[in-house]
Amino acid sequence: MNAGYLADLALVLSAVLFAIGVGGVLVRRNAIIVFMCVELMLNAVNLSLVTFSRLHGIDGQIIVFFVISVAAAEAAVGLALILAIFRHYETVDLEAFRRLRW
Amino acid sequence: MNEAFQPILPGLILGLPLLGAVLNGIGAFAWRDSKTIPSLVGPLTVLAAFAIGVANLLAMRAVMPHEPALVPLWTWMRSGELDISVMLMFDQLSLLMTLVVTGVGGIIHVYSVGYMRDDPGYSRYFAYLNLFIFFMLILVLSANYPLMFVGWEGVGLCSYLLIGFWYENREYSDAGKKAFIVNRIGDFGFLVAMFLLFSTFGTLDMPAIFREAPERLLADGALVTAITLFLFLGCVGKSAQIPLYVWLPDAMAGPTPVSALIHAATMVTAGVYLVARSGVLFALAPVSQAVVASVGAATALLAATIALQQFDIKKVLAYSTISQLGYMFVAVGIGAYTAGIFHLMTHAFFKALLFLGAGAVIHAVHDAWAATGAHGDPNDMRNHGGLRRLMPVTGTTMWIGTLAIAGVIPFAGFFSKDEIIWQAGVRGYAVLWALALVVALLTAGYMTRLMVMTFHGENRSGEGAGSHLHEVGAVMWMPLAILAALSVVGGWVQIPDALPLPHVDLLHSWLEPVFEPALLVAAGVAGQHGEASHTAPLGGGEALWAALSTTLAVIVILLVYRGLAARRYRPAAEAAEPTGFRAVLYHKWYVDELYDRLVVRPLLALWRGCWRIVDDRIIDGTVNGLAGVARLAGWTGSQLQSGRVATYLLVFMIGALIILGSLAF
Repeated sequence: MNAGYLADLALVLSAVLFAIGVGGVLVRRNAIIVFMCVELMLNAVNLSLVTFSRLHGIDGQIIVFFVISVAAAEAAVGLALILAIFRHYETVDLEAFRRLRW
Repeated sequence: MNEAFQPILPGLILGLPLLGAVLNGIGAFAWRDSKTIPSLVGPLTVLAAFAIGVANLLAMRAVMPHEPALVPLWTWMRSGELDISVMLMFDQLSLLMTLVVTGVGGIIHVYSVGYMRDDPGYSRYFAYLNLFIFFMLILVLSANYPLMFVGWEGVGLCSYLLIGFWYENREYSDAGKKAFIVNRIGDFGFLVAMFLLFSTFGTLDMPAIFREAPERLLADGALVTAITLFLFLGCVGKSAQIPLYVWLPDAMAGPTPVSALIHAATMVTAGVYLVARSGVLFALAPVSQAVVASVGAATALLAATIALQQFDIKKVLAYSTISQLGYMFVAVGIGAYTAGIFHLMTHAFFKALLFLGAGAVIHAVHDAWAATGAHGDPNDMRNHGGLRRLMPVTGTTMWIGTLAIAGVIPFAGFFSKDEIIWQAGVRGYAVLWALALVVALLTAGYMTRLMVMTFHGENRSGEGAGSHLHEVGAVMWMPLAILAALSVVGGWVQIPDALPLPHVDLLHSWLEPVFEPALLVAAGVAGQHGEASHTAPLGGGEALWAALSTTLAVIVILLVYRGLAARRYRPAAEAAEPTGFRAVLYHKWYVDELYDRLVVRPLLALWRGCWRIVDDRIIDGTVNGLAGVARLAGWTGSQLQSGRVATYLLVFMIGALIILGSLAF
């Protein structure tokens, strides 16, 4: 199996993972699951970045490290927000949370 | 003409009163309680300007220039053809006016020191008064019409400020507004006349216009008639002639020295000055001249009849002023410019005297009532009476003023008024001549009535007031004495040789260079060379008619005196309303009521309509409607913001896809 075929497989996997993430974000009502889907999208992008790094040089891997570290920070903030919402509404159902309006 | 006349310190004549106005204006805020500084600054700046004026007079007499001396100060505005500079013009006429303004003005400033002594707005009063002198000097000294208009508007402003000087009183501040608004109607005419002059001549400098007018303007043409009639509209407003005279009687709301200075001696004569100054233009327009003279005569008669039945001493004098201004317009209207200016000058003396005398009476009655605790109108002559013994100086000087205005020989008014009547006669204006004679007799009548009601008979000022009524202080009666002296000798500058008196010709020869062009033009228009007849319309020479008019005046004075001295007037509070024809005169021919119905109310209704419909509905409707549209658009947009996180994410996703798609293709 040559490198191009492997890259194609990895990119397809990345696209599939990203699409699953998007779908989850759009259709799920549980905030935790939506959050996990966002993580899934991030890691799908990481996968394609690593794949491209194989073909075009080291830059993509560096960006992946950045994404991982920022995603860690984002996870901390995001989980804290979800925790705060849960404490206030006693649910993590996004349909019940409609305060993001004027 | 050997050498040119150089005006002496021209800037200072204007600058001193302006300086006084500024200092007193600062004083009104800075040293509110000091009476010393305004008392010195106010009169002294004006008297110093008068002294400079006298120096100029002497210098001008030595040279007797035929061309006005122009003093360009700076360029005011220059745009295309238009080039207006701040330029002063010194000739015999403007210098004479300067002397009258600063001389009589200075005397009245001194008088004001006494009259306004206890007023809280003392410094403010002198600031306005000095400012008035400044603007009046601009008016008479300007060498072009726009600068004259500055003075014209400036004196109107000061008049407004001083009429409404006691602005806490609603009626007084309304009178100030009335004066200002009525004057605006006249100012509109002045402005239109200036536009016409500029479009015709391309300049607004008076010397240039007067030089070129006979060639550029068709004599008796529509253009010159329009120009002069619009100018005269300005004069009608400023000089209180029919139909715009209604503001002047109300202007008596101001302090009495203001009435003397602005509404008798100087500002209201500005219209006469303007017509005389623009004599060349008026000479080219016989129709306008006829209008000027007719309006003057009609005003003189109307105002004199009203003066017969007024009880407010200042109102009598106000209508008398309107009437005398009518005389002056008769004079300048028939082309006897010198006679008009002559009467302007003598009138300034005796009318200022009469007003200041009235002020002294009001002051005395006011003070006496303050002591006795009585209330009433100190201006009402029914509350005076018998003041001759209590206020001998005021009484005597006012009798001199009365004899002067009534035209009794040898007082000042006789010579000037007689000249106007005589000029109207010999120039063939029989109707004007007859009207002028009748008004002269009416004048003698209403003035004698004023004197009898105020100074003779029993005192009607109320219980105990007699012991408190006394002569005013020296600072007030000294100006009266000076003006009384001027009212006696003021007419002696021009004594016609027809009279069995020494012939004196100071004024005619003095003003001749100024009015010569106008008289030449007039002679050219008439197609003859000024050889008027030397008899009156009813025959007889000047001496005969002069003797007759002065004799008639004396007879009227004696008759009215005999008729009224015996009558027992009742104090104003107990007096009955006048009835019959007297009521018509007392209510001033109901002219104010007529204007109210014909002009004020329709205008008010119109403006109310504009307010309710145009403003409330159309203008406000447009603005509010636009605001409503914006609000509706905002509400519609805000509905997109549902608060559902899933919707936001969907929209976000679609947006991202659109961006990605647009990048791909």
